Amino acid sequence: MGSGELVCDGIVKRFSNGKVALSSVSFATPTSGIFTLIGRNGAGKTTLTRILATLLEPNSGRASINGLDVMSDANELRHRIAVVPQEGRTVSWMTPRQTISSYLMWRGVGYSESMKLADVAIRRVGIDAYGMKMNSTLSGGIKRKVLVAMALASDADIIFLDEPTTGLDPISRKQLWNVLTDLGKERFVFLTTHYLEEAEAVSDRIGILNDGRLLSIGTTQELRSRLKYRYALRIPGTGVDLPPFEGEKFTRRDGETQVMTTEEDAAKLSRELVNRKVAFSMNPVDLDDIFYYIVTEDERSKEARPL
Amino acid sequence: MSKATNQLLASILVNSVYEMRNYPVVLLNTVLSPFSFLLIITLASRGALFGEAIEGGLVMTMFSAGTSLQADLSHLKNDFKLQDVVVATPTSAFVYVSGMTLSELIYASPALVLLSALFVVYVHTTLLGLAAIVGVMMLMFLSSVSLGFLLATISSDIVQSYAFSRLFTTLFSTIPPVYYPITYIPLPFRYLAYLSPTTYASEIAQNAAGLLSQSELDLALAWLILAATTAVFFVITVKKSRWRDR
Repeated sequence: MGSGELVCDGIVKRFSNGKVALSSVSFATPTSGIFTLIGRNGAGKTTLTRILATLLEPNSGRASINGLDVMSDANELRHRIAVVPQEGRTVSWMTPRQTISSYLMWRGVGYSESMKLADVAIRRVGIDAYGMKMNSTLSGGIKRKVLVAMALASDADIIFLDEPTTGLDPISRKQLWNVLTDLGKERFVFLTTHYLEEAEAVSDRIGILNDGRLLSIGTTQELRSRLKYRYALRIPGTGVDLPPFEGEKFTRRDGETQVMTTEEDAAKLSRELVNRKVAFSMNPVDLDDIFYYIVTEDERSKEARPL
Repeated sequence: MSKATNQLLASILVNSVYEMRNYPVVLLNTVLSPFSFLLIITLASRGALFGEAIEGGLVMTMFSAGTSLQADLSHLKNDFKLQDVVVATPTSAFVYVSGMTLSELIYASPALVLLSALFVVYVHTTLLGLAAIVGVMMLMFLSSVSLGFLLATISSDIVQSYAFSRLFTTLFSTIPPVYYPITYIPLPFRYLAYLSPTTYASEIAQNAAGLLSQSELDLALAWLILAATTAVFFVITVKKSRWRDR
């Protein structure tokens, strides 16, 4: 179990086409439990994951995991990490057992031992019935579990999972959450997702990435405590006329009007909306609200910046 | 077994053994291509070029095995993201590619075994001649493997990868005089054939089997060009191919 830190110091990644994927990302997080990076598509999650997993070189900046530099100590680090890449797929002409066994052999494990460990991992993720079937015949959810089982079967204590639940149905996704939660009890899991519900359900700590910059990092509680207003009201539509209140009103990307306000004003506004028979929801801010608020604030400040 | 042996074995299992075991029909593919040319050349020449066609089959099989590496590596890298998975393990680029390279030879082994059997029965040569033919085949394989790995690391799309693979197989082993003597090509076009390293490989092999008579100078020149081509492909590959992306 990792007891050190993952440290990023001014990581910059600019691709040959000129696109800046990461602009000076700096943060530190303990290498225990589950750290989840959330952000919209194109925010830079995969680029940062690939740099930390020794798959991609940054243009500048340094990153280390438990004291091992991702560039200069990559060979040593590769004994301790396992990666399930974004859009990683199981090789179609193999079975889950062969897939996991081969991966372990690439980690240096002998054939017989790798088969035994593969069987154990297959049981742990609950896909015993599929171990000997061809990957090409499996559902998307089972295939994803095979890839996670691959990392689980290894002796790696740092596991990178890049959007492991993307494209899965809600039931398969929640099944995988249980596997991830178990994994996070034993090892450090670096997870990326754009499902905020998932991040809130499985993470110990969360980083919010937008447009190549890390905007905030902490536990859900810490992120919530940084907000001035702790209650959120969501009202369908954009042209909602509200009485004066202390707080913020903005339009979410999903078209709903969102209000962030104090407990007292949330009660006042909800009474008003009930009287007007307007449908709405009110709750203490969750990760969804925090994310929308932080990203919207960031985009507002970018728009306000002089060119 | 050492860790490196296990890593090597993993590449072989993934890229050939499991595919051949789980889908035996793929074995037919490796045999069909060289044998279809062998059959056509033999029938068209009424059996006169049977020896050349067997040798051509051996050269083509070795060259195709190398270019197949390019398609397979690209497929595993771009479609399955397997290279990302392997880069983040203790396996080095050298061990991964060596395993994949050996897997191509295993994949090609049914064709190689059948062609070698035909060679032993129908084409007679000395031990020195046999050594020359094996040497030529290994150089052919090494140069196509180098070219294959280089293209695999820079291609980002499987359609592009397969297009390259087919293009190189056609350019280097179907159009050049691999299955027949170069004298069958009309003179102005004969010089074009010498742009392909497989032409030199075939001439050396045909000479070694007594099917063609080359001067010592021509033979030495053919070996030199073949070795230089292989070295150039190998050096470019080592310099340009990427394990960790930039």
